[in-house]
Amino acid sequence: MTPSSINWFKFAAPARFYPLAGRLWPWFAAIGTLLGLVGLWISFFVAPTDFQQGEGYRIIFIHVPASWMSMFIYCVMAFYALLGVTFNTRLAGMMSSALAPTGALFAFLSLWTGALWGKPMWGTWWVWDARLTSELILFFLYVGYIALTAAIDDPRRADKAGFIVSLVGVVNVPVIYFSVKWWNTLHQGASVSLTKAPSMATTMLLGMLIMALAFWAYTIAMALYRVRAIILERERNATWVAELPEMKS
Amino acid sequence: MNAFGSVLRRDLLLATRRKSEVLTALFFFMIVVSLFPLGIGPESAILRRIAPGVLWVAALLAAMLSLNRLFAGDYQDGTLEQLALSPTPLALLVGGKILAHWLTSGLPLVVLAPVLGLQFDLPAEALGVMMLSLLLGTPLLSLIGAIGAALTLGVRGGGVLLSLLVLPLYIPTLIFGAGAVEAYTAGLGAGANLSLLGALLALAVFFAPWAATAALRIALE
Repeated sequence: MTPSSINWFKFAAPARFYPLAGRLWPWFAAIGTLLGLVGLWISFFVAPTDFQQGEGYRIIFIHVPASWMSMFIYCVMAFYALLGVTFNTRLAGMMSSALAPTGALFAFLSLWTGALWGKPMWGTWWVWDARLTSELILFFLYVGYIALTAAIDDPRRADKAGFIVSLVGVVNVPVIYFSVKWWNTLHQGASVSLTKAPSMATTMLLGMLIMALAFWAYTIAMALYRVRAIILERERNATWVAELPEMKS
Repeated sequence: MNAFGSVLRRDLLLATRRKSEVLTALFFFMIVVSLFPLGIGPESAILRRIAPGVLWVAALLAAMLSLNRLFAGDYQDGTLEQLALSPTPLALLVGGKILAHWLTSGLPLVVLAPVLGLQFDLPAEALGVMMLSLLLGTPLLSLIGAIGAALTLGVRGGGVLLSLLVLPLYIPTLIFGAGAVEAYTAGLGAGANLSLLGALLALAVFFAPWAATAALRIALE
């Protein structure tokens, strides 16, 4: 066994990650804006009108990627929590708390656009469908995480408490989803199911994928931008921060 | 195992010395349940329909009210640090405290539920299923709640935060618990719901003391 030449922890130090994040985030922001414009152009002008749902269906170009991202970001937070618990790196907690507001935003956006879509399609703002209910609970989990980490003053302690919340949450999300699903079948609640929607045209799928990629880039850019602020706030007494060119000016 | 027993005995003794805390949560449960007929109206058909849900939601809230005292007293007087220093694994001692919490806050709800169910005109067999589902479900509430109580230990505005953290995690318990009674009255049989509650309980018995211990260690740092 030769020791690995790659130092996996090189960028785990906030002092090294800060300039890297500073170099990367404008690129992701540019990619996100560009893809977002292309995606919106496809979804509004190129994609054909749905013969059943009319023009209103175009909400799904925002709604579906937002739902995907809200679920995916929670998994990424749990991944960082696992890293933080096992390796005890400071950056894991910072990344986790940098991602949480974006995740909560997407969960809210998904609920909001879902309600806007539901009114013309189902005739009601809200049904107690399994997906809607579990998305709502996911939103509560995000809010709980943010509230807990905000209530603890010591940042290291807040990070560790956040790790436990996100790990317990990620174990519970599938349990909650299935419990709500079975509860829903018992109650015969929603008669309309999202899974029975007609299969999509290729341009629609393309638009949705491009929008999803745009949201990915946006999330990465926002997380990196926010983590830079968090690093500066927490490391404000460190010498490397004082030596930064932007601090001297 | 000896340490487990002594922690259990100590917490039970403390609860009997401070009866008002235990009784307050119980009376809270009774009052909340009694408010629903006043708000909705006394038609027995509607009351019979909503009884499982009302009893379960009230049990959830009552269990949550009493979670604050699970670790807070021991944290303030330093007992918790002594427990953490003992050679016995902290998770085992935490398990003892959770069991004591269930015996003083969960078990009385199970005993009280049939009496309150009678107010809602539930038939006798449904009351039996209700008790069984509470018997399986209330330990789950104490176990999951212990994680939240440990996380919010010594945190500003801990009480409200605790509800925000714990209530979303209580949802599966609520669904399967109330669902067991509803499935029984609908003639479907309560077996599936009760089995799922039992499975969740087995998982929580294994994982929750461990997660609560990790959270306590953060608070004790």
